[in-house]
Amino acid sequence: MAKIIYIEHDGKSHTIEVANGLSVMEGAVQNNIPGIDADCGGSMACATCHVYVKEEWFNKLPKKEDGEDDMLDMAFEPKKNSRLSCQLMVTDQLEGLIVNLPEKQV
Amino acid sequence: MIKTDALIIGAGPTGLFTAHQLKLIGLSCEIVDNLDKIGGQCIELYPDKPIYDIPAIPECTGEELTNNLINQLKPFDIKFHLSERVEEVKTNKENWEVKTNKGTEFSTPNIIIAGGVGSFEPRKFSPKECEKFENKSIFYSIKDKTVFKGKTVSIFGGGDSALDWAIELSKDSKVNLIHRRDEFRGAQASVDKMNELVKTKKINLFTKYQLKSLSGNENLESIEIEHDNKETKNLKTDYVLGFFGLIMQLGPIANWGLNIDKKTISVDTEKFETNQKGIYAVGDICTYPGKLKLILSGFHEGALAARACFKLARPNEKYRFEFTTSSKSIKNRLGVKE
Repeated sequence: MAKIIYIEHDGKSHTIEVANGLSVMEGAVQNNIPGIDADCGGSMACATCHVYVKEEWFNKLPKKEDGEDDMLDMAFEPKKNSRLSCQLMVTDQLEGLIVNLPEKQV
Repeated sequence: MIKTDALIIGAGPTGLFTAHQLKLIGLSCEIVDNLDKIGGQCIELYPDKPIYDIPAIPECTGEELTNNLINQLKPFDIKFHLSERVEEVKTNKENWEVKTNKGTEFSTPNIIIAGGVGSFEPRKFSPKECEKFENKSIFYSIKDKTVFKGKTVSIFGGGDSALDWAIELSKDSKVNLIHRRDEFRGAQASVDKMNELVKTKKINLFTKYQLKSLSGNENLESIEIEHDNKETKNLKTDYVLGFFGLIMQLGPIANWGLNIDKKTISVDTEKFETNQKGIYAVGDICTYPGKLKLILSGFHEGALAARACFKLARPNEKYRFEFTTSSKSIKNRLGVKE
């Protein structure tokens, strides 16, 4: 279980307790956080669960697997600290993770 | 106006198998899809990725699955309307009247929406001023490459489309290729070819750059691109091409008076009918308690929706359930000799 902080593009913040084993994307979708679409349901086949991760957290997360960067090419305004939230699995180590949501997903 | 017993929107696996089910029970159907090819997400998003949960098929790729479904439809003559998007759905009390963006019109008692997550549209540049130049100086696909002859073209993207067009246009145009990182996801052979052209100065390559702004009045004159480290560069350019892949938009479906919840359409689980009589939704686009977004669920949903279509298409006949192993009429429709 970890507290994940989702910050919408307009600055509105949501702190959600997400169970271990769920993805950061699922934590958002199950709690109706606006701003994460997750059209493909988490199969890394779209880029609509795109988030920005602050630098200090970005380096602590497991590295991107093959294909994630390819999908991020198709995201809306990808940056150096972009991740697909469906690829971020929640563990106790993620306690306090802050993700910023882009202006839009599509 | 084309008359058909059922119109299917979406030529992905669910739409294809639904067509098979309709034809098997003796109904006519036509299929409309916004993409230029058959297969939907399977072909557009993961043609090479193996799928492991299609019943009785231990492993197959999206492309193989699509080809098998097309083969399964071979006994039937089904008209596909590709590169067309359904824009309008209206009722004239007896039938649904459907119109596509190309002006094709259908009259049908049954519409089956097998639209996945909506229609695929090219992802566009984010700066707002890009809209002003769209289809004049900014393009997301190329219909006529001769307009670029002798001009400066700035191509954005890191996939096969971006690489292929950079290589092709570098023959007769001045080409800038801009990508947000220094790895390309296109085929290795294309990446090698592109690098070769960069060495011989046929292509100017800018990696870790993205489009920041544009300038020009009637016509585009130059663009500003920004590096990851915030440094910017100004490039004179006549045309800009963006190849960022496709995104999925629900599109006009949202305007047909259906109950839509988070981009999915609510249906019952008996006929997979929406709140509108004679309009069904199957596959990833439909939702009901317990819905699983699996291809196999789409097959089941399509089979039931097809039976529901029978009632509206043949109001004076009674649908009789038959097996393909034993039914003479089904075998006739399949063209199987006894």
